[in-house]
Amino acid sequence: MANYDAIMEALVACDQEKLTSLVNGALEEGASANDILNKGLIAGMDIVGEKMESGEMFIPEVLMTAQTMSVCLETLKPLLGEEGDTVTTNVLIGTVKGDLHDIGKNLVAMMLESGGMNVHNIGVDIDPQEFVRYIKETDADIVCLSALLTTTMPAMKETIEAISESGLRDQVKIMVGGAPVTQAFADEINADGFAPDAGSAAKLAKALAA
Amino acid sequence: MFEVIGERINTSRKKVQAAVADRDADYIVDDVKKQQEAGAAFIDVNAGARIGHEDEDMKWLLDTIQPVVSLPLALDSPDPAVLELAFNMVESEPMVNSISLEKDRFDTMMPFLEGKTCKIVALCMDDAGMPASSQDIIDRADQLVKDLTGIGFPVSSIYVDPLVQPISTDITKGVMVLDAVRGIKAQYPEIHITGGLSNISYGLPQRKIINRTFITLMMSAGMDSAIIDPLDEKIMATIVTADMLLGNDSFCMNFLKGVRAGSIES
Repeated sequence: MANYDAIMEALVACDQEKLTSLVNGALEEGASANDILNKGLIAGMDIVGEKMESGEMFIPEVLMTAQTMSVCLETLKPLLGEEGDTVTTNVLIGTVKGDLHDIGKNLVAMMLESGGMNVHNIGVDIDPQEFVRYIKETDADIVCLSALLTTTMPAMKETIEAISESGLRDQVKIMVGGAPVTQAFADEINADGFAPDAGSAAKLAKALAA
Repeated sequence: MFEVIGERINTSRKKVQAAVADRDADYIVDDVKKQQEAGAAFIDVNAGARIGHEDEDMKWLLDTIQPVVSLPLALDSPDPAVLELAFNMVESEPMVNSISLEKDRFDTMMPFLEGKTCKIVALCMDDAGMPASSQDIIDRADQLVKDLTGIGFPVSSIYVDPLVQPISTDITKGVMVLDAVRGIKAQYPEIHITGGLSNISYGLPQRKIINRTFITLMMSAGMDSAIIDPLDEKIMATIVTADMLLGNDSFCMNFLKGVRAGSIES
């Protein structure tokens, strides 16, 4: 039985050397790449997300764990393909029309990706109709809207309205976030959820996908 | 002499928004008097957060602030109609915050600015987003200077904001903006460099020590103004001290004045 807890711990500690040797050891023992990914790495990133949410870990540490994980993913990827595709959640994420900020949005994208989701990061200044088009194209389950400015928050509302008008509203869960965004605003514009940081966003996306 | 643009009168701050909504003049008067006493050179006024009320809120704020402070104001809005209204109300030459190279902002601000006399904050932002390198910042600043001097603004009236970006997601962002400030100052010695600083520490704990340390580095590179909270005593003490060390405080008078007033201590 592979030691998934040790993998989790090595990832949270950003110990690349230890993690690589644990992952290789688990594969030699016959553990499946899927199990290593889900029970070890993704479970580890869940802890990282929680520690970020609670203020125990900071952005540079989170980025370092993600980088540590991605090195291991390179080893696992070819094996995951052989084991066959598992059902994943498709996420569409972008910054709304008129807003060019992307740091927070990219952090959320990274956390969702590290959480095992299939993330389509479509960039900044995205028109409501573009979101609609991408939802169809990517068959998105979750749509994440980002805005950093009070002046672009109304574009979140417009985007959700455009999604409703296109008839796709019931097919997707919509999450909103960004510095000026609040739970009250999310409720007001008929979003399904709000997250104040990238760690909580990962948790929320999992809950919405379940 | 370093110029602090006091950022507190902004309706996106909860208490200010409540005071503006309730037309609580005492709160605003008290706040701006404190900013003036703390050494602010300009009072920034941003009435943008109560959507649909910006013009009336701006008008009320200016009516409330002007009788009690002698400082010039920084009129902070993206809307030329609001700026025009505010511009016609101010009693001394204001600062306008801001123009950028984003097409919509640029195209509406240029006709507003043409023929006016004011200081202008010029953001190194364009439609491609935040600048990606020192050269990118320098090029954008250069473009803004050319455009603004082209409609009659002297270089010395321009306050370039190079846009400070977080170090937590990219460790090179501090050096990137420092290099850019040096480059811009080398090209235009009379220009001013301003901006907010707190972005530098986004995503990190103990942010204020990062902000304070960073402002001394920025001042050394040529920053001579900042959009900050003048009631933050520690950053104000750091600025006065750094300004002295950079040779801008004749006979150390401001530093010594601060020490005697109790606002600067080891």
